[in-house]
Amino acid sequence: MRFRLTEDQRVLKSGFREVLARRFGAEELRGAVDGSGALDRWLWRELGEVGLFSLRLAEDEGGVGLGVPEAVLVFEEAGRALLPGPLVATHLAAGVVPGAATGETVVTAVGGGGLVEWLDEADVVTGDAAGAVPLRSVDPLTPLHRVPGGRSAVRPDDLFVLLTAAEQLGTAVRACEAAVQHARTREQFGRPVGAFQAVKHLCAELLVRVEVARVAVYAAAVTLDPVDIAAARLLADEAAVRGARDSLQVHGGSGFTWEADVHLCLKRAWVRVERGGSITESEEMLAGDLLIDAS
Amino acid sequence: MDLAYSPEEEAFRARLREWLAKTLPALPPKPSPDDWPGRRAYDLGWQRTLYDAGYADVHWDASPTTRLIFLEETEKAGAPYVGAGFVGLLHAGPTIAAEGTAEQRARWLPPILRGEEVWCQGFSEPDAGSDLAALRTRARREGDEYVVSGSKIWTSHAEVADWCELLVRTDGQAPKHRGISWLAMPMDAPGVTVRPLRTLAGSTEFAEVFLDEVRVPVANRVGDENDGWRVTMVTLSFERGTAFVGEVVACRRVLGEVARQARANGVWDDAGVRRRLGRLHAEFRALWRLTQWNVSEGEASGGVPGVGGSVFKLRYSRARQELYEVAAEVLGAGALDLGCEWVVDRLSSLSYTIAAGTSEVQRNIVGERILGLPKG
Ligand SMILES: Cc1cc2nc3c(=O)[nH]c(=O)nc-3n(C[C@H](O)[C@H](O)[C@H](O)COP(=O)(O)OP(=O)(O)OC[C@H]3O[C@@H](n4cnc5c(N)ncnc54)[C@H](O)[C@@H]3O)c2cc1C
Repeated sequence: MRFRLTEDQRVLKSGFREVLARRFGAEELRGAVDGSGALDRWLWRELGEVGLFSLRLAEDEGGVGLGVPEAVLVFEEAGRALLPGPLVATHLAAGVVPGAATGETVVTAVGGGGLVEWLDEADVVTGDAAGAVPLRSVDPLTPLHRVPGGRSAVRPDDLFVLLTAAEQLGTAVRACEAAVQHARTREQFGRPVGAFQAVKHLCAELLVRVEVARVAVYAAAVTLDPVDIAAARLLADEAAVRGARDSLQVHGGSGFTWEADVHLCLKRAWVRVERGGSITESEEMLAGDLLIDAS
Repeated sequence: MDLAYSPEEEAFRARLREWLAKTLPALPPKPSPDDWPGRRAYDLGWQRTLYDAGYADVHWDASPTTRLIFLEETEKAGAPYVGAGFVGLLHAGPTIAAEGTAEQRARWLPPILRGEEVWCQGFSEPDAGSDLAALRTRARREGDEYVVSGSKIWTSHAEVADWCELLVRTDGQAPKHRGISWLAMPMDAPGVTVRPLRTLAGSTEFAEVFLDEVRVPVANRVGDENDGWRVTMVTLSFERGTAFVGEVVACRRVLGEVARQARANGVWDDAGVRRRLGRLHAEFRALWRLTQWNVSEGEASGGVPGVGGSVFKLRYSRARQELYEVAAEVLGAGALDLGCEWVVDRLSSLSYTIAAGTSEVQRNIVGERILGLPKG
């Protein structure tokens, strides 16, 4: 049992982090928020080139030939970068929808909550989006449509839920890093606010939630057990949503501004909670498993 | 990143499982919680049984993964808990193994493994709990001996211990972290008085220990004089890092029992209860993964567990309390019956956010040592 990242996995993760820092750093993120609301096709193809979409396709099909654990690591980084677009849907369409693997085609899907992200920008939709009506999306970087009567009709598939959880984990990491960074540098009463326990303890709990979500997501990527995936999803949602809220609190008034990135973390986390389908269902599934699994 | 066990590890698991199935039915009945001599005999007897079967060293010499399998299988099979062996096996012993001299290891480790000697931990004092380095118990050097005076408190198992891992102040002038030494004190030395304290659960788990001019050989000091704080950090990292691992398995078992009980008495129809049980299931699964992660990291870095133990302890102590809160809801009026094991466990779970460093102190550690935030 070696439940830690291999050297190759470490390199893959940090490499992808560097690509994103270069290609979608703070400036590009703000540019996208204040921009036209269109999906950056250029960036999408670049993501295709670095293998985000084709990561799990076999090499003889033009893919990278890696597995779900590696996909989880790069989606964590995508979540940390707050990379916009229907990334998970397009990744899952690679090898099925022509052009998805290379980033030529943008594929979106009807999510668990009956919502469709980036419908107007997508070339292909997985699932039945007939009659979809636009919403004024809470997340400035995720345009949304709602499919009438969609909620109960669709239960998202496990990989969709797991990769979404990986993105949540990454966003939780970002919220934690931002909180810690702010707590170290912002001074009040003549000292960094992170020296005050009320603030320090919020930061510590941010990290605890991140680490618990991390092991749950990584383990689910290894076992692909539906119960592990449901657990990963609950813990990653919690880490991202509560993490963003606590990070906002640590940021004080500046956290409540449009200029701070914290609200972007929170809003994206909210969108992904819906994408994963009903939380109650995940909890019920785990509860039901207790009656089966006596171990 | 993998969660598969090697063929050797699986073979170890199979052998252990078979041995447990054969051995456990023959164990004597458990003594009552307040029968300390009985508990000592029972816990040491179990350790001796493990020793004779070749499983005694699993806490120290075996690979961390083997230890994980050991804890998983013994807990699943309902084998006895380490009990009075806790301090010796899980943190005093490992500290001596890591920091002691060859003679010290030869003197103290084999009796722990053979189930012959019980250890307790004399760290906390009435005025030095969370602020452990404020301890005042003094040790004056006279030739080859330290003469120790002061008092300790909350000392678990003190009533039946042979040895105490004792923190003393050997230099009263030095800054408070610098003047401390780590001693192994025999509990039967003249001048040691143990006064049991009653816990809120009604039992006498811990005690006050009064020390009046107790003579301890200088040879019993582990680590250098006045370097005891560093040794203490080693002890605490074992205590927080790996000592609670087996209990996660136990909690997972109890959670399943609580769910089945809820199903049997109709509380299961309450969607709120089901959802909480579901969340706790996610929680304990993740805590087990966190354990596997920490063990794998520890295996890679060799030896002493890192501050990741604080992350684990924070979440685990809370989850354990929530588990017994849900259990109480499932029990209804039965939650007031001390005859029920879960009710006693609910009471003792209250100590988890206090013992081995309070949650507040763990958050300070995570904030300062992992996240690098400034000290308050
Ligand atoms: C069941 C049990 C068994 C134990 N067994 C042993 C044993 O065998 N040997 C041993 O040496 N000790 C033992 N202890 C003692 C345990 O380690 C201490 O109780 C613990 O470290 C807290 O110290 P204290 O009780 O003095 O509380 P205090 O330190 O007085 O704390 C009181 C409150 O103040 C908070 N607080 C204190 N300092 C800070 C701070 N810096 N920041 C924020 N909050 C703070 C605490 O979190 C707590 O809420 C045991 C305790 C229990 C409950």
